[in-house]
Amino acid sequence: MTTNLSSALMARLEALAGAANIVFHPDKLQLYAVDAIVPGAAVRPESAGQAAEIVRFAAAEKLAVIPVGGCSKLGLGQPPERYDVALDLTRLDQIAHYDPGDLTLSVDAGMGVARLAELLAGHNQFVPLEAPWWERATVGGTVASGVDSPLRQFYGTTRDFIIGAEFVTAAGAQAKSGGRVVKNVTGYDLHKLAVGSLGTLVALTRVNFRTFPLPQSRRAFLASFAQAGGAIDLRKRIAASPLTPASLEIISPEAARRISAPDAPMDGGLWHVLAGFEGTETVVARYQRDLARLAEAAGAAEGRVLDDAGWPVLRARLREAIPLLLAASPAAAVCKVSVLPGKFAEIFGTLRVAAAKMSLESAILARGGGTVYFALLPERADEEALARLAQAAETVFEIAAAAGGHATIPWCPLALKKKVSVWGPARAELALMRRVKNAFDPAGLFAPGRFAGGL
Amino acid sequence: MIAKLIHELEALLGANAVLSRLEDLLLYEYDGSVEIGRPEVVVFPRTTQEVSKVVRLAKKHGAPIVGRGAGTGLSGGALPRAGGVMVVFARMNRILDVDYENQRAVVQPGVVNTDLTRAVEHAGLYYAPDPSSQKACTIGGNVSENSGGPHTLAYGVTANHVTGLEVVLTDGEIVRVGGMTSDALGYDLCGLLVGSEGTMVLVTEISVKLSRKAEAVKTLLAVFESVAEATDAVVDITARAIIPAACEMMDGWTLARIEDYLQAGFPRDCGAILLIEVEGLAEAAAEQAQAVTEVCRAHGAREVRVARNARESEDLWRGRKTAFGAMGRLAPSSYVLDGVIPRSKLPLAMRRIEELGRENGFRIGNIFHAGDGNLHPLILFDPRDGDQFERAVRTAGDILRYCVELGGTLTGEHGVGMEKNELMSLVYSPADLELMGRVRDAFNPEGTLNPGKIFPTGKGCGEIRIKGKLEKQAASMESGHGEGAASR
Repeated sequence: MTTNLSSALMARLEALAGAANIVFHPDKLQLYAVDAIVPGAAVRPESAGQAAEIVRFAAAEKLAVIPVGGCSKLGLGQPPERYDVALDLTRLDQIAHYDPGDLTLSVDAGMGVARLAELLAGHNQFVPLEAPWWERATVGGTVASGVDSPLRQFYGTTRDFIIGAEFVTAAGAQAKSGGRVVKNVTGYDLHKLAVGSLGTLVALTRVNFRTFPLPQSRRAFLASFAQAGGAIDLRKRIAASPLTPASLEIISPEAARRISAPDAPMDGGLWHVLAGFEGTETVVARYQRDLARLAEAAGAAEGRVLDDAGWPVLRARLREAIPLLLAASPAAAVCKVSVLPGKFAEIFGTLRVAAAKMSLESAILARGGGTVYFALLPERADEEALARLAQAAETVFEIAAAAGGHATIPWCPLALKKKVSVWGPARAELALMRRVKNAFDPAGLFAPGRFAGGL
Repeated sequence: MIAKLIHELEALLGANAVLSRLEDLLLYEYDGSVEIGRPEVVVFPRTTQEVSKVVRLAKKHGAPIVGRGAGTGLSGGALPRAGGVMVVFARMNRILDVDYENQRAVVQPGVVNTDLTRAVEHAGLYYAPDPSSQKACTIGGNVSENSGGPHTLAYGVTANHVTGLEVVLTDGEIVRVGGMTSDALGYDLCGLLVGSEGTMVLVTEISVKLSRKAEAVKTLLAVFESVAEATDAVVDITARAIIPAACEMMDGWTLARIEDYLQAGFPRDCGAILLIEVEGLAEAAAEQAQAVTEVCRAHGAREVRVARNARESEDLWRGRKTAFGAMGRLAPSSYVLDGVIPRSKLPLAMRRIEELGRENGFRIGNIFHAGDGNLHPLILFDPRDGDQFERAVRTAGDILRYCVELGGTLTGEHGVGMEKNELMSLVYSPADLELMGRVRDAFNPEGTLNPGKIFPTGKGCGEIRIKGKLEKQAASMESGHGEGAASR
């Protein structure tokens, strides 16, 4: 892959951004590589206006741009067709507007999610975006990557609490949608399209969120089961109860082994249900009582409460579940299977069989609402193992479709992407997505080829 | 041209599914807004296939199309600006599937909002978005407008509860977007289309989440000497980590008018009341009710009533729910706004609204969703008085401009429609609107679907459009055929 960025263009780009704000050195550019494609330059604009200028330059010179933040999730999607300039937005890292009494926030896209959480905690508030790669991830990258968090059980996903955004368009214009108020039907919610778009529509420069008050107390209940069936049954009992846990996961033994921490151990031979809950002391006491009762009714081998010592530790591990699973194999593929939770019993079985058939170890982390992270963990990264991985991945797509849902493979080795589209089989919706892409980016400036359907 | 189209529509749907006589069309030139716009033909398809065929026929004849649910909208979203075909979804009113275990339902667009809750409440479930018109409005209309309601403070608006749609495109093609889960595969088209005010697609099927009824609900009414005290209490409630299920405010003058009408024992001499609902586990509701009571008292509430049962709770809510009707008795016409402001600016906004009213000679009632800063100032006036009418329009525009100045926006739940489209440039730059226009054109390339909505036409003069219906109303009042107040 060669870049369209000639030395003459590089010089002009440098003049535009300032020598201090640009990276040309091949070693340093490795950080920005997407699927082993290294851009010709990385530019770090100091303002949204400058970011727009750079995009205008790229548009005029027909350069392909990928907006990046902490570079922690650049492996998502298919390999880009072209990639000339990394638009590194990490210097846009301020809170633009925050009045805690409003319960809304406007923050620059380049701010780290961990730093944001710290600042909000100072006002006893938070944004329910406990994203993986916490220490590196930025707000913009987390939104654009579309990752979810364990808190989605109660607080939903980014689409549920993003209330507006500012961005640079593919024409290099600064534009926005939504606003700083929670209830808003003024104009189209373009910011919702940016969620999970992998930077293929716009470069986010600022994001507005709804914020939430931090609860007085946060704890969790961990129930373990010899079989998946018990865990599935407990989830169902919780869903039918008046309880509304903040997070709710089913964790297979293989996943438990990777997520478990010395200070908050999970038995690697058992299935687990991990329910996080929050509120006042009286309320968390009620959760503890009820969850213990429900776990017993579901035939749990063991149930225990994780308190202020254990839960923060395990909670951080759970947040990082995907990187932990990826680290478990030299060629790990983590599939995201979205089905209704009533299908868990059916697909847990078929997914594990699909992996076993290909002699692959597998692990399941299922969110209570129906999103199942299914990790395929080959012991080696050679051609033969990849062939088995590809076959198993195809079966995952079939299983998801048969259960009335769908699957993608957000994280996997580059070699697998050459055999299987990580977006799964084409769907009728793609034609409409193509229209959307053309409306935003007719020339294919932003991350061409990375998105579903080659968009 | 239109005669031929009508003929073909009759052949397609049957004569009893097509209206085209003037006296029939007159019924469809109104909605809940103060606009008018008459279609040339109204059709009542029964299936998605029929909708698709209607769209194809309209396209062939170059006729614009507007979709319509129950016509309760407040911004003219379901009215045609250019004649053409109105597609009314009244006959597509079936609940197609309920999945109790997974708390999902699939409905046709003509299903009335409360009918869905009624169908599933035996299992302890309900459909959360609750616009005030929920006994009449349809879920299809809610999807188009991304409707809210009092309880959206805690549970979110329509977009948070819709996971998938079946839609008919402007060329008649039928496509599904989204699914049964809220994980979009690719761009979140469902998130885009909910709230697109019928300008991109016609929605023919909707997959929604159902919510589980809370174990306990506590309804409180707190009486304050001033609006400022009440708004401070609202901000402070959140500081205690409480997100009420609902948090509604009414100013004292409005409450007194409601009491005149209802005689339900509301105070006549207070500055403002808060109607607050907390819910969840019994322990949580009890503690939060206690905390809310304390906060209200700390901010000078002279009285906090806590409903002891569902009946008392309903009594407290009755004042809120009949408010617009009660106010409608006071003047020949009324106009309700839908501005939104950051909550901390509530005291400022209340003061300014009062001032603007006084300067222009109006008493403005305030009945609104305080928890999320969604204001509904109600201007009472007589449309027959031309000068008063002009002042009402000006006042409304000034209030919305002030909302925007405070960091807020034009509409929180009623939509832009053909009412506020000329004000869009207060919020959005030409670049913002150009991009939104491109997205609309991606779905609606010929502009045949609900034309003249959302986007500034350039023909208005940067003002709210509330003229058409009022002129007509004034004319009919003059001639002795009163049509009643445009109350909501």
